[in-house]
Amino acid sequence: MGVSGMAGKTLYDKVWDAHLVHQQEDGTVLLYIDRHLVHEVTSPQAFEGLQLAGRQPWRTSSMLAVADHNVPTTDRANGIEDPVSRLQIETLDANCEKFGVTEFKMNDLRQGIVHVIGPEQGATLPGMTVVCGDSHTSTHGAFGALAFGIGTSEVEHVMATQTLLQKKSRNMLISVDGQVGPGVTAKDIVLAIIGKIGTAGGNGYTIEFAGEAIQALSMEGRMSVCNMSIEAGARAGMVAVDRTTIEYLKNRPFSPSKEHWEQAEAAWLDLQSDDDAVFDEIVRIDAASIEPQVSWGTSPEMVTSVNGYVPDPQADEFEAKREGYSRALEYMDLAAATPITEIKLDRVFIGSCTNSRIEDLRAAAAVIKERKVATSIKQALVVPGSGLVKQQAEKEGLDKVFLDAGFEWREPGCSMCLAMNADRLEAGERCASTSNRNFEGRQGQGGRTHLVSPAMAAAAAIAGHFVDVRSF
Amino acid sequence: MKEFTKLTGLAVPLLRANVDTDAIIPKQFLKSIKRSGFGVNLFDEWRYKDAGFPGQDSASRQPNPDFVLNKPRYAGAQVLIAGENFGCGSSREHAVWALDDYGFRTVIAPGFADIFNNNSFKSGLLPVVLDKHIVEQLGEECEAVEGYSLAIDLQEQTVTTPSNEVFKFEVDEFRKHCLLNGFDDIELTLQQRFRIEEYEVKRRQSAPWLFNTSS
Ligand code: SF4
Repeated sequence: MGVSGMAGKTLYDKVWDAHLVHQQEDGTVLLYIDRHLVHEVTSPQAFEGLQLAGRQPWRTSSMLAVADHNVPTTDRANGIEDPVSRLQIETLDANCEKFGVTEFKMNDLRQGIVHVIGPEQGATLPGMTVVCGDSHTSTHGAFGALAFGIGTSEVEHVMATQTLLQKKSRNMLISVDGQVGPGVTAKDIVLAIIGKIGTAGGNGYTIEFAGEAIQALSMEGRMSVCNMSIEAGARAGMVAVDRTTIEYLKNRPFSPSKEHWEQAEAAWLDLQSDDDAVFDEIVRIDAASIEPQVSWGTSPEMVTSVNGYVPDPQADEFEAKREGYSRALEYMDLAAATPITEIKLDRVFIGSCTNSRIEDLRAAAAVIKERKVATSIKQALVVPGSGLVKQQAEKEGLDKVFLDAGFEWREPGCSMCLAMNADRLEAGERCASTSNRNFEGRQGQGGRTHLVSPAMAAAAAIAGHFVDVRSF
Repeated sequence: MKEFTKLTGLAVPLLRANVDTDAIIPKQFLKSIKRSGFGVNLFDEWRYKDAGFPGQDSASRQPNPDFVLNKPRYAGAQVLIAGENFGCGSSREHAVWALDDYGFRTVIAPGFADIFNNNSFKSGLLPVVLDKHIVEQLGEECEAVEGYSLAIDLQEQTVTTPSNEVFKFEVDEFRKHCLLNGFDDIELTLQQRFRIEEYEVKRRQSAPWLFNTSS
């Protein structure tokens, strides 16, 4: 409790309060939205609804659109072969044109995965409310923004009114105390968190990620952590603003202009939970205990250390989960008690809004350097998160490292994260993937996904099976 | 939005935990730019043995006879009895549209993922949360008794079984009000246009950079 007897505010409370347009008696709030990111899959029906009702977008300058889910990652010069995908992207182009929305088109250097380009452009800023018709909008919370995914009806609501009707969530603090060991990345931290609290653990909460290990992360790392808040059940995850945040934002195209910079910076530095803020739930994790993680099942909570084993659903401790575990092992074609390092792979995918930023590509390239992809691997794919990430990587020569090792080097997009374009697993194939979801069929019908960090995926590509990147 | 008041409908049990939106409607069908027509592909990978793709003639598909929705006794079901954390995963409202298009009007589960829960209300599909052991009981009864129907009354916030057992459920007051009346959220919000405009004026002063466009 503070001196006045009032409890302090959490970071989430602060951003929430700053966006209240109106509060009804029952607690339903009209919340102002600063930034609306738009992609081709969840927007056509919203644009159509807007048009049918004869409405105009409230503030097009809040919107930024990009096609990412359906775009091909090869031969862009030839356009889009799949007519259904093509129509969806053309529909986005036409809608943006009609309503005057800024869009990075498929052949624009700035095109990429919506959650990569928002921060890259400085279109995501601290203290903002950021929404998108996409659950991984939680990524943007890394900037001390309140960012969450919405459905298409809500996309239309934001277009038409610049607001959303919302109820406040509860506050959860996840503190990752101490430092992680070498070779342990942001991805391992967030997978370990999900393993601990479960995929429904964050339902109804906004999570603030804090603690020494989180503060030590780069913005890229913080984005990887916040990205998977949704896999922990929380719509939004946030990290307090510090110098790392501010340094990242300098000189980005949408960042505050010179005349507003100082004022913005001062406001941003207040985006921290007060010392006496009250959280409804606190989870503490010892960073030093986190090892490189590998998921073994069909839910992100089905995860263990690379030195662990596929669990035995018949063990007493798993009684409540027996059915789910058995089903998952059957789908994944894994036997109980198999060491994780004995799991052999068919494909490797480095990409997605979780891990396709420059730092991720550097980490993967560092492992690969002067080594070759195992002959047993059918395909190893690197899909940069944006055209700008790709350009930067090429400047650093990372594309050569990947190509020399036998990886394919692709154009930016969601790609094999959800396999809406041509990049996908065949039935029965097994993939080490740096994406965020290992659901049944996610990377292609019948495909089997293991979630890992970029360094772990790279090491697995070389070895042909999982290996502990720390001793690789 | 579509209104929901009460309904007595045939129930079907699908008690797996963590049924995600990829399972409810696989990604290849999200390429549609329409809001309708998703029902034939609801639970596509579980419901059919062959791989599904957009624009296919559904009569040529091979249904999986073991999947619960394909059992003749559940034809025409309107109430889905589901497991924990139903609708987790992506924000695709297509999942709700698919359930709705198939004919479901309500899903009863021990808990829903937040975004799915929100989306449901927007499309007139009522998500009902009941205690896990109650949901399991309903699921067992449903399996045991052919033609098992549940009556859902939103006004009274009750679920009634064929043997007249009544379970109360909680629902957000405002959402209940909107759903009972089939209100259009956007229209309601635009009635407060002046408030949004007032907010913007103040915000432009206190945080002008938020209104910048790219430099
Ligand atoms: S990369 Fe994957 S998770 Fe991210 S927005 Fe694209 S499809 Fe969604």
